[in-house]
Formats: sequence, C-alpha cells, structure tokens
Amino acid sequence: MTESSIIRITGPVVEADRMRGAQMYEVVFVGEDELIGEIIGLHNDTATIQVYEDTTGITPGEPVRRSMMPLSVELGPGLLEMIYDGIQRPLTELGEISGDFIVRGISAPALSREKRFHFTPSLSQGQTISGGAVIGSVPETNKIVHTILLPPDLSGTVERIADEGEYTVDETILWLLDTTGTVKEITMLQRWPVRVPRPIQSKLPAIRPLITGQRVIDSFFPIVQGGTAAVPGPFGAGKTVVQHQLAKWSDADIIVYVGCGERGNEMADVLRQFPALVDPKTKEPLMKRTVLIGNTSNMPVAAREASVYTGITIAEYYRDMGYSVALMADSTSRWAEAMREISGRLEEMPGEHGYPAYLGSRLADFYERAGRVKTLSGEEGSISVIGAVSPPGGDFSEPVTQNTLRIVRVFWALDADLAHQRHFPAVNWLLSYSLYSDLVAPWWEKHGGSEWGKMRSDLLALLQKENELQEIVQLVGPDLLPEEDKFTLNVATLLRESFLVQSAFDPVDTFCPPEKQYRMMTLIHRYYRLGHHAVGEGMTAAGIQQLPVTARLSRMGPMPHEEFESFYPKTLEALDTAFPGGED
Amino acid sequence: MPPLREFQSVVRVAGPILAVSGIDDAGYNEVVTVLLPDGTVRTGQVLESRKGMAIVMVFGGTRDLDCDITAVRFTGRPMTMPVSKEMLGRIFSGSAEPIDGGGAVVPEKEMEISGYAINPTKREFPQDSIETGISAIDGMNTLVRGQKLPVFSGSGLPHSLLAAQITRQARVRGSDESFAVVFAAMGITHEEARFFIDDFSETGAQAHAVIFLNRADDPAIERIVTPRLALTAAEYLAFDLGMHVLVVMQDITAYCEALREVSAAREEIPARRGYPGYMYTDLASLYERAGRVKGRPGSITQLPILSMPDDDITHPVPDLTGYITEGQIVLSRELHRKGIYPPIDLLPCLSRLMQGGIGEGRTRADHANVSSQLYAAYARGRRLAGLVAVIGDEGLTDVDRLYLTFLDRFEHEFVGQKRDEGRSFDETLDRAWELLSIFPKDELNRIDPKYIEEYYRGGTG
Ligand SMILES: Nc1ncnc2c1ncn2[C@@H]1O[C@H](COP(=O)(O)OP(=O)(O)OP(=O)(O)O)[C@@H](O)[C@H]1O
Ligand SMILES: [Mg+2]
Repeated sequence: MTESSIIRITGPVVEADRMRGAQMYEVVFVGEDELIGEIIGLHNDTATIQVYEDTTGITPGEPVRRSMMPLSVELGPGLLEMIYDGIQRPLTELGEISGDFIVRGISAPALSREKRFHFTPSLSQGQTISGGAVIGSVPETNKIVHTILLPPDLSGTVERIADEGEYTVDETILWLLDTTGTVKEITMLQRWPVRVPRPIQSKLPAIRPLITGQRVIDSFFPIVQGGTAAVPGPFGAGKTVVQHQLAKWSDADIIVYVGCGERGNEMADVLRQFPALVDPKTKEPLMKRTVLIGNTSNMPVAAREASVYTGITIAEYYRDMGYSVALMADSTSRWAEAMREISGRLEEMPGEHGYPAYLGSRLADFYERAGRVKTLSGEEGSISVIGAVSPPGGDFSEPVTQNTLRIVRVFWALDADLAHQRHFPAVNWLLSYSLYSDLVAPWWEKHGGSEWGKMRSDLLALLQKENELQEIVQLVGPDLLPEEDKFTLNVATLLRESFLVQSAFDPVDTFCPPEKQYRMMTLIHRYYRLGHHAVGEGMTAAGIQQLPVTARLSRMGPMPHEEFESFYPKTLEALDTAFPGGED
Repeated sequence: MPPLREFQSVVRVAGPILAVSGIDDAGYNEVVTVLLPDGTVRTGQVLESRKGMAIVMVFGGTRDLDCDITAVRFTGRPMTMPVSKEMLGRIFSGSAEPIDGGGAVVPEKEMEISGYAINPTKREFPQDSIETGISAIDGMNTLVRGQKLPVFSGSGLPHSLLAAQITRQARVRGSDESFAVVFAAMGITHEEARFFIDDFSETGAQAHAVIFLNRADDPAIERIVTPRLALTAAEYLAFDLGMHVLVVMQDITAYCEALREVSAAREEIPARRGYPGYMYTDLASLYERAGRVKGRPGSITQLPILSMPDDDITHPVPDLTGYITEGQIVLSRELHRKGIYPPIDLLPCLSRLMQGGIGEGRTRADHANVSSQLYAAYARGRRLAGLVAVIGDEGLTDVDRLYLTFLDRFEHEFVGQKRDEGRSFDETLDRAWELLSIFPKDELNRIDPKYIEEYYRGGTG
C-alpha cells in the first residue's frame, strides 16, 4: 500500500490523497500525532476526513494511516458509570493521562482491560447458536445483570465455553466453530459500528408509559417506554433541567445521557449529583444505571457529530439484553450544527438555513433507532429517545425543530414567557402534545384510577378555556366577567400554580409518584366540579376563593408524600363539607 | 510543524485574508508574520493549508499590503503569549503589546492562546456565591465564582457603570483570597475605555487588573485575538497562581462582527444574518474558559458585555451567547428612561448557577423561595400594568391593585439603587420581605409557611 498523506486542512476537515480502497466511515489516524478521524467523503483516490481532535499544527504532507474499521464503539461489561467523549474516549482516564485539560493525540481504551468480571456461562459444548444468543452473564452492578450476547453477525457451534469465573473483557470466553470450519475466539468485549443500527427480530408496539415523576409530562403529555419526544425551547427555558429530571427519575433501567455541544458545568453537575442520588426503583445510586457521553461545546465539533451515534449504539446494546433504556440528547441542534459545519467545509449544496439537504433523513434515522422491540434472543427491550432542540431566537419554524416534529410523537414546547415568570417546567400546555395519551390510559386506570382520561381532558379543556377568557379580559378587564368565568379563571390559576408548577430543586417535589399525581388531579378536578355547581347555585367566585379549602389546595406538591397520604382523604372530606350542594 | 519559512508570494488579498502560494507545509493555525516594505510587522494565522497554498488571516488588516513585495514568514508554531504575574497593573494593546509606556513583560511561561478544553470530569461545580451588592443580581440572579454571566445591553445604556460597580463591590463572604480583574476591550470607544481605566485607578483596582485594549479605531480583525489573550492571562492567574479572576469582555458584538468579516472574505455559507455557522462553536471556545478546576484554588468568572443590535434579544449574538453562558443580565431601555439604575429587566434575566450558590449556610434559607415569589409577583404586576394601560384600572380587584403597588415599589426600591450603594445579601432579602409584606399571606404561595412565619411583616394577612 502506498503511503497516504494530507493535502489540505481546513479546521476539522482534512483531505488526503492516495486513499484508493478506503471505505466511507472508516477510521483513520491523521498526522504524526495520529489524531482520530473518519472518512466522510471519497472522490477518486482523495478522501475527505473529519477529525475528532483539534487539528492545530497539522501540515500537508503528514501521513494518514488507515484502520480498516468503521467508527465503532466498544461494548461489554464496565460501560455503566463511565463518562466518555463523543467518540467513546473515557474522560476520567484521559484526565489521568493529560491532567486537567484535554490535549491532542491521547487515547485510552473505552473499557478497562484490567478489571475482572464474574462470568457465568449459559451454554454448553456442542450447542448450535446464532447472532444474539445468550452466552452467559455478568453482574455489572448490584441490580443490573449484564447479559453477554453473541455478536449479531456470528453463528456456529460451541467448541468450548469458559468455566464460571473471573475474566477481563479481552479474555476468550467462547470458542465458536463457524460454518467455514474455523474456530472464532469470542470475548466479552465486542465492537459495533456506530452508524449502523443493531439488528432486532421485530419492532413491538409500546404498551406502558415511561414514568418521569414530572406532573405535566406524566399526567398531561406522557411519553411511553420506547417512545420519542422532543423538547424545544429558547435558551434558559429549561430543556436541560427536563433532561436531567428524566435522567434522574424516569423509571427506565438504563440511562444514556448525551451532552452534545453543551456546557462543561452541566456535565460536572451530573457527575456531582448522580453518584449521591438514589434510584427510587432499585435504591441504588443513580450513577450505577447511567452512561454519560459528554462532548461539550468547546470540544471538537466532529466528535459532537459522532456523540449521538455513540450514545444510541450503547443504548441499543443494553436494549438487546432486554432492558428498558432511555436516551437523552442535549442538544440535537448542536449535532445538526456540527453536520452543517462539516457540510459547509465539504462545500456541499446547502439547504434551508445552510443545513445540508440530508438533515431530515439523518434526524429520522436517529429517532428510528428508538422503539420497543423483540431482540434477537427473544427478549423485549426498549429505547426511549428524548431530544432537546435549541431553535435560534426561540423560533420553532426553523429546520431542526420542524424536521424533528415530523418524526417524534411527543412535543414538550418550552416557553420563554413561562420561564420568565419562573413557571417551571415551562411546558406550554396549549402547544404541547402527546400522541401516546390513549395508549397509556389503561395503565393509568390500573395504577391511578378509572377517571384518568376524563380528568385529563377536562383539565386540558379548562386551560384552553382560560386562554379564551384571558383574551376577553384583555378587552374588558376581569371584573365584568360573569361569576362562572371568574371561577374558571381562578381554578385555572390553581391548576397552573399547584399542579403544573413543579420545582426540580424542591427536595420533595422533584419527583412526584404517579399515585400522588392522580390524587392531586382528583382534588383539583373535584374542586372544579363542586365549585362550578356552587356558582350555579349563586355562590360568587370571590366567595369560593376565600374558602379555607381553596388555600389547602395550594401547596400540595412540596408536601411530604407521607403527609399527603392523610391530607388526601381529609381534603376530599373538606371539599364535600365546603360544597354541600354537590356536583352537577 | 517545520521551523521558520519565508515567502514573498502573496497571490491574492481579499478583505482581511491573503493567499500565499508556494508553501507546501503551512500548519493549520500556525502563526505568521507579515512584513511590509516600510518595516511594519503584522501578525496573522493560517486558516487553511494545502500543498502549494496557505490562506492567512491578518489581525492587523490588509491595508497597504502589496502582492509583490510583502513577505510572509511562517513561524512554525501556534499562537502563544508570554505570561507572568507582572502583567497585573499593566495595559496592553488588543494584541498584547504594552501601551502604558512600561517595558515588555518578562515571561514566566509561554501559553497557547487558544487554550485547551477543561476535562469535564476535572471541573469543580461552582457554588461560592459572589455578593455584588446589587439586589437585582444578588437577590434574583445570584452570581457564583466560576460562572459566565453576560450583560445584554444596548447603545446608550449604563452597562459600563454596572460592570464597574460589580468589579468594585464584588466579594465572597468570609474570604479574603487574592483576586484579579482582566478587562478585554473589543471595539469600544476611547471614552468607554477611559471610563474603566479611571474607575479602576480611582478605586485601587488598577494594581490587580490586566487590561487589553482594542478600541473602535484599532484593526477590526485584531478583535479575534484580544479575548483569547485576555483569557490566557486569566487562566495563568487563576489556575497557575490560584487567584480569583473576574474577566470583563466588551463588546462581544464587535468580536462577532470581526468573525463575520473573515467568514465573508472566505465566501463561506452564512447561517443567520451573515454570521458564520460555526459562531456557536467559536463563542463557546471563549465562554467555556470560565470555571473552576478541582484541586486548584483559583477561578475564572466571566462578565461578557454585548450590545444587542436594535435591542433585539433574538439577534444571533445575544442568542448564541445565551445558549452557551450560564444565564444573562438584561438591561432595559424602558427602565432606563424611567430613571431606574441599574435598569435591569428582571423577567428575561437568569442565573443558572444560582440554585447551588444560595440557601442555608451560603446566603439565607429563605432565598430561593423569596426569589421565586418575587418573580411571580413581578410578572403578574407587569401583566396587570399592561392591562391597565389598555382598559384603565376600573375593572381591577383589590388584590390586583396590591400587585400594582408592589410593581412600582419593587422597581424603585429593590431594583433601583445608587451607583455606589452596595447591599449585603441580608439587606437585599430584608428589602424583599418588606415588599412581599404588601400582600396578604395567602398570596405568597411559593414560600414555605415557616419562612412566612419568620420574616413576614404585614399587618393582618
Ligand atoms: N423544573 C424546574 N424547576 C426549577 N427551576 C427550573 C426548572 N426548569 C428550569 N429551571 C430554571 O431555569 C434555568 C434554565 O434551565 P435550563 O438550563 O434547563 O435551560 P435550557 O433550556 O437548557 O437552556 P440552554 O438552551 O441555554 O441550555 C435553570 O437553571 C433553572 O434555574
Ligand atoms: Mg440546556
């Protein structure tokens, strides 16, 4: 093979000649420092390469070495609790090599080669197996069993299987005789190209909600396990806090959090909090179910482009073991901008706002990797994907928001006005929607109560009505409204302030269990119905506002859950006493 | 990179960009020196390198450059600057030449000015709140050490006064650690630059300050390096010498215009309003240099100042800034017209790091509740004031009227303060309670009843 070398450098994009035979998406090592790059264009024998590290100082003429492998991630025990950059370099280990700052040309293996895991085989000699078969298992944490699966593209007969015992990820645990008669040595460590979805048997319909403990989400605009959601909003509207809340409290088994082109301090915040917080489901530290990808805004832009693929591939790997995985990508707009930047350097024909014409299809391909599935080994697993979108100027008509909305099934629209009033989560109830609400109704009826669907639609209608009334108030003032409408406005305020507002920083209210959500909704709904009837009987809105039971309903969120247990029946009673006339 | 090479083969000059032919091995980002026939020397940097050609951006601009006789020397190294403790008290040009009559700085170290990304695992999460003495900031948008908190302003608004007041008053409770101020001026007027320098010297801050000045009539492209020089100096002071450094950078909009000029000269496809698609990444390479590093005593706090063209917060410069920084302080022309100083428009303001910096043991236990309640009340007051402007106050309820009273007093007594008035956290919060006590207790639904018990001063409630 002739020596390939660099002929052009512009920022993160490099061209090299004498690259005949190279593959698209093949990893190459660029320059004397062997910076990691990936081929993103081929033309005759010239390759265009995006480089995942800072190219300062690289000159034409420096060598380019091929790896013969597509950009891949390492998969195996030890992924949990790790923090990686966009191309799966372990940041803690890089810190041990280069200190407090990330310098060029350093690398470390994604998975520790020293750490031993207790492997229990589940195959025996002579068995014939195919891709995705269970080879054995490893307890990765106290609660998470890591199933070792045969890589999807292999099959054969078990020649030999390792005994139960302690192994590192690169020791052979299976000797597989394949159809060509060669024996393949299989380790717990596998590689998978990030841009290729891992195969499954089939997609399955979603059946249950992903409970997040956030009232406006679970009760009004729910997402399902295996679902897709987008959180667009201007800066400071609360996208990251929503993503963090979901990473903390959603009832998935595994969390993959991708910080794509966002702030360093936000990653530091996760690293500070997650080891100390306890998963309400398993009572284990949250970090033990989490994999972090942190490619912050000041880290190389090409690695930002790769980071979402790195994340989703790791998510698929745990899904294939039968887990419910939730992936948060904050922010998909930075990923799209990275595509735009690279595309611009390639001098491709730009589409809308300078984004490449393939923006929509890239976004669709990514969200398509979400879903509930039957895995190759016959398990049921799921990936839920929640993507933040950062529209320039907060204008939702821009290409990334619009292309995303065409794909995802849940839309949590964050609103600058609400954020300015410190109404958090600043989810705009008039714009947001969930296409899963009918799907999750049976779950809620079973776990909350039979009225869920009705109460939800009544309360959403109440907010809609409030909006109409407010337009009238703008013209005539509040005092001229009929009593009934005044009361409607008061209940809508109560609903917003005591149900929809939920501080992520309140020690109690940060997570609201579904049962409590249902009961809070019940109390407000009942108050609405009773009060409505009372107004019909001649009571004034101001009179109702003054009832002690009204004040009772105003601070339910931060009330400790145990206290709420007895508060709930007492308040139901108080409601009936305060409104002896009953409902209509 | 290879060592020194010299070429006299400029083949094209376009705006701040020139193309040099004949060179095969220019390094990306390599520093070049451009030598003019009259002996003037300008610095530049390689933006693109190919076999036989390098594209160079010239910081001093390309005026008087001549294709035939200009020589371009490739230095074989990335852009660096000498740093030392002696920089304190000194004034430099926008490209780090001393302009205060003093001699060159004797370097203790050469540092690359583009800096390196802090490994996120090595970041210490910033939590030490800074008392700026300004209620609208301390009470509602608390600043912490290691934060990047820009001021969004407009022409004619008193952002310089505010920045100077913060610089003067800022302190951390129970700490007397060494501090420094780094001031980077990009494209500001002589008058504004003078204002800062005078203010620093009057208050004795000068001895702790390093000043880099690129003024409105200095070369525009130089603005691309000025903040990087300033931040490199700041990193040295903070992370090598352990000082707490406050970096004031003004005006980010002028910096972005310089980026746009380079991008236009390269005929790149722009994103919004002609600004390059990589402006987010570029601004992040400045702003993300704020922070704290585990195990190192110092910190870098950034206070970038930018003017919003047309007072438009959705303009790419404030917009991309807001997406990177940890909040923003927004100034309002309307409050300024009403004579309120500082004219801080609280609704769009935010400090994302406030939460970790306040509360029991840091500021005061009631701080978070009080701030949230003030926000709710202020937003409602503003909404009602808007309503009254249309329909008059006939139709208002008694409670609504309380909100209007609150609105007026809040803007004058809480947001408004004197230019030399520093309020402690306690004073700020006490003032807040005085105003919240306008309302009956029932209205204070964002405050834990135990704090209402402790601090509420109203009559009946
Ligand atoms: N649920 C919440 N409870 C309390 N405060 C919140 C909540 N959501 C958001 N906030 C407040 O809003 C601030 C901004 O939120 P966040 O950082 O999530 O915005 P963002 O939309 O991610 O902005 P950017 O696009 O700039 O990253 C937070 O720092 C916090 O103070
Ligand atoms: Mg965010």
